[in-house]
This record gives sequence, structure tokens and C-alpha cells, in this order.
Amino acid sequence: MTLTTTSAGPRAALESVEIHDGRRWHHVCALTDLVPGRGAAVLLGGEQVAVFRDRSGTVYAVANRDPFSGAHVMSRGLLGSRGPVPTLASPMYKHVFDLRDGRCLDEDAAPDGSPAVLRVWPARRTTAR
Amino acid sequence: MTRPTAPLAPRHAGRRHVVLIGHGMVGQRFLEALVALPGAAALRITVLAEEPRPAYDRVHLTSWFSGTSADELTLCPPGFAAEHGIDLRLGDPATAIDRATRTVTTASGAVFGYDTLVLATGSYPFVPPVPGTDAAGCHVYRTLDDVAAIRADAAGARVGAVVGGGLLGLEAAGALRAMGLATHVVEFAPRLMALQVDKGGGDLLRRKVEDLGVRVHTGVGTQAVLAGDSGRVRAMALSDGGELAADLVVFSAGVRPRDQLARECGLEVGQRGGIVVDDECRTRDPRVHAIGECALTSDGRVHGLVAPGYAMAETAARAVAGGEPAPFTGADTSTELKLLGVDVASFGDAHGATQGALDVVYSDGRSGVYRKLVVGGDGALLGGVLVGDTGSYGVLRPLAAAGRPLDTAPGQLVLPAGLAPATGPVELPDDAVVCSCHNVTKGRIRAAVADEGCTSVPEVKKCTKAGTGCGSCVKVLGTVVDGELASRGVTVEDRLCEHFAHTRAELYDIVRVKGVATFSRLVEEHGTGEGCDVCKPVVASILASLAGGHILDGEQAALQDTNDHFLANLQRNGSYSVVPRVPGGEITPEGLITIGGIARDFGLYTKITGGQRIDMFGAAVDQLPAIWRRLVDAGFESGHAYGKALRTVKSCVGQAWCRYGVQDSSALAIELELRYRGLRSPHKLKSAVSGCARECAEAQGKDFGVIATSSGWNLYVGGNGGMTPRHADLLAQDLDHDTLVRIIDRFLMFYIRTADRLERTSTWLERIEGGLDHVRAVVVDDSLGICADLEELMARHVEAYEDEWAATLADPDRLRRFTSFVNAPGTPDPAVTFVRERGQIRPARTGEHGTPLQRPVLIAGDRVEVRTA
Ligand code: SRM
Ligand SMILES: Cc1cc2nc3c(=O)[nH]c(=O)nc-3n(C[C@H](O)[C@H](O)[C@H](O)COP(=O)(O)OP(=O)(O)OC[C@H]3O[C@@H](n4cnc5c(N)ncnc54)[C@H](O)[C@@H]3O)c2cc1C
Ligand code: SF4
Ligand code: FES
Repeated sequence: MTLTTTSAGPRAALESVEIHDGRRWHHVCALTDLVPGRGAAVLLGGEQVAVFRDRSGTVYAVANRDPFSGAHVMSRGLLGSRGPVPTLASPMYKHVFDLRDGRCLDEDAAPDGSPAVLRVWPARRTTAR
Repeated sequence: MTRPTAPLAPRHAGRRHVVLIGHGMVGQRFLEALVALPGAAALRITVLAEEPRPAYDRVHLTSWFSGTSADELTLCPPGFAAEHGIDLRLGDPATAIDRATRTVTTASGAVFGYDTLVLATGSYPFVPPVPGTDAAGCHVYRTLDDVAAIRADAAGARVGAVVGGGLLGLEAAGALRAMGLATHVVEFAPRLMALQVDKGGGDLLRRKVEDLGVRVHTGVGTQAVLAGDSGRVRAMALSDGGELAADLVVFSAGVRPRDQLARECGLEVGQRGGIVVDDECRTRDPRVHAIGECALTSDGRVHGLVAPGYAMAETAARAVAGGEPAPFTGADTSTELKLLGVDVASFGDAHGATQGALDVVYSDGRSGVYRKLVVGGDGALLGGVLVGDTGSYGVLRPLAAAGRPLDTAPGQLVLPAGLAPATGPVELPDDAVVCSCHNVTKGRIRAAVADEGCTSVPEVKKCTKAGTGCGSCVKVLGTVVDGELASRGVTVEDRLCEHFAHTRAELYDIVRVKGVATFSRLVEEHGTGEGCDVCKPVVASILASLAGGHILDGEQAALQDTNDHFLANLQRNGSYSVVPRVPGGEITPEGLITIGGIARDFGLYTKITGGQRIDMFGAAVDQLPAIWRRLVDAGFESGHAYGKALRTVKSCVGQAWCRYGVQDSSALAIELELRYRGLRSPHKLKSAVSGCARECAEAQGKDFGVIATSSGWNLYVGGNGGMTPRHADLLAQDLDHDTLVRIIDRFLMFYIRTADRLERTSTWLERIEGGLDHVRAVVVDDSLGICADLEELMARHVEAYEDEWAATLADPDRLRRFTSFVNAPGTPDPAVTFVRERGQIRPARTGEHGTPLQRPVLIAGDRVEVRTA
């Protein structure tokens, strides 16, 4: 294996994305790891979290599991908007979720009857590391 | 009179007990109307049903033969009875009514007391009283059990005869024909659908039905059903002395009201049957109502259609629960034939029975179109008959029902579109009933949009029920909804999505003309918001087909659907499939071994696809680069199975090997596949080349297909398999090689320029104005003078093509995305698990204990994140 630094410039690489698990903030990736409008999955204590960065630079973190298919794929969905709501569309069956509170905007419940809501983690960018 | 044989179900103090007999279409509608009324809260409701299943859509019964399941036909949502506290008793018919004690007894011996009784027992099929109708192989056509019995019986039969050439008989004939039976229709009247169509229409209808392979015998009656030694029907004896051999007979000679229960308890019934009711659907006993096909209404008729039945259901519900009265005084008898593949419709006073009525007729025997309108003395449209082309039915029927003088000359309404002078579309008045099944007026639909905030046809359907019956009004419904939306300044129809008020074709032109290269600029200058999963991939595709460049470069990377993003197809458990291109389906033994070796080494599932190539399933995101590294090194390239792009050009072996082949079809298929590979388009593109007219490559099912002739190539376009199969149309004949390629270049680019999002060439061809002729004029005769442009665009594509996977592997930046977890590169997704089946893997299902596969996760250009802080 080779060790490399990320190919983006040093200043951007300084900015990191953190999410809060209820106890403390965790660094999960560099801001440059996220393409604007897209996301990436991270492992946080055995849990899969999907983190995103929108075109304006705001970061979000929601559960990676798509409640409709049960597959851990939300990080591979597309960001967008519905009216004023920032959204995330699942790549599996294209259900659209509100990035702010994780609620599905298309259906209330998943096929197994559970509420169609993604867990949301507080997320922030920081240079103070 | 019957005496109670079982303890009476108690009449609850304070809660009136409504008992409904019959849970058919009208019975269910009655329940829906009833529970929606405020007065219903004070009612206890019991339903006694003869059939073993809740109400279903009898009107679309025939669609059961073409695969619509009993569940899909249901009219009674699963929780309906429970939700409204209705005691629904299936499979236990009422056998007697005692009006003195106000009780109903059922076949199982249960007895129910009632305060109000509603009869909705429908009709039974009339079987002519001739000898032999009880022979095995004789059927009627009314219930799901009937059609199931017919299908089971048809399996062993060869010739089917339908007695009755009315609406229902023709539907039954269509079903027998579709099951492969030689089919006859025997009709006593001198023409088919005698009730609805006149002689001119009847003659044409007969021709059309016969063209479908159904033999029609009119003016003859059935005298006896003759059985063979086995007791099974073998023939029918006809009134003209002839015998018609048949081993399956369906009686569809009309229906009779099921009024037996009413007769037996002394209620008045009509001379020719039907429970007599007033215009509130009450019988002579004020506690008893009758609705639907079993009722003889105040207009002196028994109505055999669902729309009047629904109106009666509404009337009776109000009478029972105390709503505002809605008297039933008569109904529309318009009908449209479904299914058989012949367009026939009649509406209003089709026979011109009204005093002073005049006919306006257009008849073109050659093209098989007959249209007759009946116009009253005051110039109002009264009714009409349409055969061969019922496109205007949806507009004409409500116009006739409104009964207002016409603004448009009737002559113009019967002429074919091309011949009629162009004056805008015919305007319907607000009180015109657009949906007669649910009695919904144009005004009501407009209000749903204007006042209730509906912005689409599905929403309007939900809110008004319009269009949810026979479905014949849906087209007009769409026009009314769009018209209303447009008049309020909303143009929903042609918008791509909320972010762009343009069609895909318009965006294509904007991008092309203004040279826009990024989504950001496009959405800032021509759209709103952040975009979504609809517009982003569309813009990505337009940018790709116009600007070229790698689809994962720069901002484009953020626009692609997940499949394009990882250059692979997402599977149900989050793993991906890998499809290398195998041009023309031709592959060397080494190629096969390479693919086999890779699949074995990475533990992938392999399958030969329907597109003449090999798909490897079960790859984790992390593995994709390593798998592709090996494929690319062995000379393979992306098969674009993930993209809206050219998929495959299938081939047959052709002249090189096949003894019938007249051209080298494999060579051409390979050439075409290499020419158009990577071409991004509104939807996927498929193609095939066959070496002779035997068509082993199925070119006529493809977006563009080529069939060899002895003097060149025939080019077919607009074919489609999939959900709505379509045979391709012949675009040009006997082309030499270069002309063929040139025309395909133009055709594809013209399609890419003008088609909507996710519109295959088949739907595009059906939609665009002028259809095939127009496309031919543009791409063969250059009627728009754009061919040079189109060819130039294609030349640019061919030149700019590069293999997306090879380019990705060469670029560490692009490779970065192929990790399951950014903070733990190399760790595969633990949630992706598999089980073994038939010697290979498949995704574990919920509840199954799968294992994540133990396999090498070799990432090309492996790296470990280095924290810089
Ligand atoms: C693998 C394959 C089935 C197989 O095991 O053979 C397949 C698999 C899929 N088909 Fe197909 N189709 C495959 C041949 C076909 C064919 C047969 C053919 O091409 O000759 C058809 C009918 C012909 C046609 O398209 O006109 C076909 C009609 C569809 C349709 C319906 C298209 C339509 O116009 O109605 C879809 C849905 C869509 O595209 O919206 C679809 C969609 C899909 C998708 C992409 C569904 C999805 O989003 O996951 C499947 C994923 C493929 C994967 O993961 O690799 N597939 N699919 C075949 C791949 C062929 C190839 O080598 O590329
Ligand atoms: C193949 C076919 C195609 C049709 N196409 C059209 C069309 O295109 N357009 C149109 O408008 N109409 C069409 N119709 C007619 C339409 O289906 C009827 O008008 C409609 O079903 C009438 O509803 P109903 O509730 O009165 O009767 P039904 O739907 O027949 O319901 C009556 C129910 O009562 C039950 N019942 C009878 N006696 C008892 C008893 N003693 N106790 C308990 N239950 C009892 C029956 O089993 C039945 O389930 C078609 C009918 C058929 C068969
Ligand atoms: S289409 Fe069939 S018959 Fe014709 S050349 Fe190809 S394989 Fe032979
Ligand atoms: S007219 Fe039958 S659904 Fe509207």
C-alpha cells in the first residue's frame, strides 16, 4: 500500500467534517472528501452514517440505511431541494427525505411498517483541529 | 314466510341497523357513500354477500385474462370494513326476507333483523332456454369464478362459441381468441352490438371483428347445445339449420335482474323483471331500497351499466342516512368497447330516437372509420356512434350529455382531423359530465384544481374519483386539468421538475445554443433551487451528449445517478454489478476465460444477460476498481449497463456461418456498437442486426434495428421490448453501408435532441407530431436542413469517445470515491451479505443469515487517509 495525502490543496484539507453522537464531536472526514451535492458513508462506532455537503457548503449527516430497501446506500443518493426543503433522494427506489429532520417526504412508513425517518446527526465543519 | 331458525341478532337500541344484500360494484359504492355521510355514525351496518370475496371491478373482469389479478381488481380496500365497523359476511347469501318481522335469513341459517334493507343483488346472465345448456363446457361470464372456470376449461378446448354479440359477448370473444381458441360469435340480431350501434357502424364493426380472426354469425339463433359421448359440448344447433362445431360455449345473451328475493317477499317487480323503486330508490316498502342492476327505476328501465348504478348508490345512501336528497331519474347509457382491439363507442341517443333528430355521418370504409352524430332540431348534440376511431368519444359524450346547442358545426366534428378546418379544440361547458362512471362534471374537476389545490391528474382522481371507473374519460380529464392549471399560470405538464420550467428538449437547446457547461450555471440562469434526482441526471446526460468529457469530472460528478456515479449497476443489497462490453455478442475463448477468472477470483455471481453479454454481480464498491483493472488490462471496456446510453447491438452469426445469411450481420453489429458506444441519450438505446429476414437478432424489437436484404440493409426504428412492447417501423430500405450509418447517425442525434427524459424511441416516435413520416422527412430527406449538424455532432461523439473505466483507473482523484467508508477505506460494507445458491452467491434476504464474503479488497492506487492536522 502507498500512503498519500488527499490531492486537494492544503487549506481545504484543513477543514474537517464532524458529527455529534450525543456525547461529543467526532471527526469523520475532510471537507474535500465530499463532492458538493454528494455524500460519503462513514463508520461511527459500528453505525453507518451518510454525510453530505451541499453546493453552498453546508454539511449534513443522516443514517446510511434506506428504510425502504434496507440497504445501506443513502450516502450514494443525490442532494436537491423541494421548495425550501433541502433533500436527499435514495438511489434505490428514489424516495426523497428532508435532510434537516430525516423525514421521508413521499411516504410515511417503510414496507415493514416502521416510520420512514432517517436518524439525523448534528454535523459541522471546523478548522479548529 | 320464513321463521327465525337462529337467535336474532339484536337490534341495538339507538343504532339503526342497515342490512345490505349483495356486495357487488354498486353495493360497495353504496357503503362508501353511506359512511361518508355524517348520519352514518348512528348506523350499524351488515353486509350479506354471496360471492366469496369482497366487491371487485366487474367492468374490468376481462382484464383478468391478461394478467390483472383478483387483488388488483378489488374495489374494497383491505381495511375498509373494519375501519367503518361494517360486518361483512362473505359467502353467505341471503335466502329469504320477512318484511313483517323485518328479518333476513341467510344460507347458513343466520338471521338478521333490520331497520333498513338495501338490495343490491345485481343481475344473472341470461341463458336461452334451449336443450343441452347444462353440458360440460358451457359457461356464463359474470364473476371471477366464471372467468377462472373458463380459463381452466379453455386449456383443453379448441373452438369457442360465444352466444350473444353485444358488448359483453364481444369482450368474451376477445378473451377466448386471446387464449388461442378459434372463436365464433353467434348473434340473433342482424348486427353486432345492436343496442348501441346503427347499421352503418355495425357493418364496419363486423368487418373489424372478423379481421381479428373472430367469425361472426348474425341473424341466427341457438336452438340447442349438442353434447358428445363424454357429455361435453361438441356443437351448437343453429336456427338456420346449420351446426357449429365448438367445444366451449359462453352464454352472453344479456342479463336479467336478480329480483327473486324481492318477489318472494311480496315486493312489486316489473313485468320483465326488476324491483320497482321510486326516484329515491325506495321500493313500495319504505324500509326497503333497491339499487344497481336489480332495480327498475322511475324512468321505467333496468340499467345495466355501472354509472347509473353508482348514481343510485348515492341516492339511496342519502335516503338512508338522511343527506340532502339526490333523486335518480335516469342515466347516461354511453358505452365504449374495451379490449377486443376494435374501437367502438356509442353515447346518448345513438339511434336518433328523439323527435326531429338528424344524423351527420362520416364513413370511410377503406380506412375503417365510421362516425355518426345525432343532432337535435335546436342544434344540440344528442348522441352518436363511433367505430374505428373513438378518439373524440371523451369530448363528445359530455357534450351530448350537456344538451346545449353546439358552437362547432357538427360536420366538422365527424371529419377526420386532417380534413376538418382548424378551429381550436371543442370547449366543454362546466356542467358537462366528464366522468359518467362517477358523475363528475367539468366544473367539479376545475374546482378540484382551483379550490382544493390538486395539481395533477392522479390528485384529481383521488379527490373526485373521476377516471377511476371504466377509465374512458382519463384523456379528457387530463386536458381539463391541464387547461385549468394553465389558466392559473401553472404549467406543470411540460416541466421537467420543480426546478426547471422546461422540457428536456428545451434544456438541450439552451445548453447547445448558450454553450452552458455546468449544472450550477444552468440552474442559476434558467431554474430555481438546488435541483433534484430528476433534473440532475437529465442535465448530466445533456452535458455528456453535447460537451463530451468524462462523466465523473468536475461538477458533473455530482449530478449522476448512483449507477453512473460508480460506473456500475446498484443491486438490491447495495452491491454492484459489472458488465463489460461484448460488441455484437462476439467473444473470444480468451475473453470468456478472462471474465470467468475474474468472477471466480472475486467471488462474483455470473449470468448471461438478455443482451448477449455477461453480467457479474455482487461486487462491493471497494472492489470495482480492482475488477475493472483486470478487465481493462485484458482489453475489455465499459458496457454502459449503468447509463442512459447505448447498451448492446445484438447480432446473429449471419452470412459468415449461417446458411441463410445474405450479409455479414456480426461485422456490422460490432461496427455499430463501437461507433455508438458511450453515446448518452434520454433513455437507453438498444440495437440489433440480423443477417436475413428470419430475424434471429430480433432487430424489430430495438430502438434501431437493421435487417440484411440481398441488396443492402433495411433500417427499422422505434422498436421496444420491456413494459410496452412495440414493433419497430421501417424507416428506409435497401441502404448501402455508408448511407445506413449516416441515417442512423442522424436518427440518433435527432432523437437525443428532441426526446423527453426517459422517453424511449418508441414513445418518442408515437408522441412527436407527424410521427414516423416526419422523422423520415427530417433524417432521410433533410426537410429541416439540420442533417449536416446532426452528423457533425455524431462525428464529435465518435472522436471524443474514451472508455470511462480506463479513464477512471488512470486518475487517482476519480478513484477516491470507490470506498465504502471515507473514514475506513478498505473496510467493506458489513451490511452486504450473501448466501450460496446453486453453486453461486446471491444477496441474503431479510431473516436469512448471510455472510459478508471473505475476499480480497484490492483497490487500485490504494491509499490510507493521512490527517493533516
Ligand atoms: C441483466 C439484464 C437481465 C438479464 O439477466 O438478462 C437486465 C437487467 C436490468 N434491466 Fe433490463 N436487463 C436486460 C435486458 C433487457 C431486455 C432484453 C434486451 O435488451 O434484448 C429488455 C427488453 C428490451 C427493451 O429494452 O426494449 C429489458 C428491459 C428493461 C426495462 C424496460 C424498458 C422499457 O422500455 O420498457 C427496464 C426499466 C428501464 O429501463 O426503465 C430495465 C431495467 C433493468 C435494470 C437496469 C433495472 C435496475 O435498475 O436495476 C436491471 C439491472 C441490470 C444490472 O444490474 O446489471 N430493463 N432489459 C439484461 C441486461 C442486458 C445487457 O446485457 O445489457
Ligand atoms: C364482463 C363484464 C363487462 C362489463 N363492462 C361494463 C362496462 O364497460 N361499462 C359498464 O358500465 N358496465 C359494464 N358491466 C356491467 C357492470 O359490471 C354492472 O353494471 C355492475 O357490476 C352492476 O353492479 P351491481 O352491484 O348492481 O351488481 P353486481 O356487481 O353483479 O353485484 C351484485 C352482487 O350481489 C350478489 N348477490 C346476488 N344475490 C345475492 C343474495 N341473495 N345474497 C347475497 N348476495 C347476493 C352477487 O353475487 C354479486 O356479487 C360489465 C359487466 C361484465 C360482467
Ligand atoms: S437471421 Fe437467422 S437465418 Fe438469418 S443469417 Fe441470421 S441466423 Fe441465419
Ligand atoms: S367515465 Fe368511466 S371512469 Fe370516468
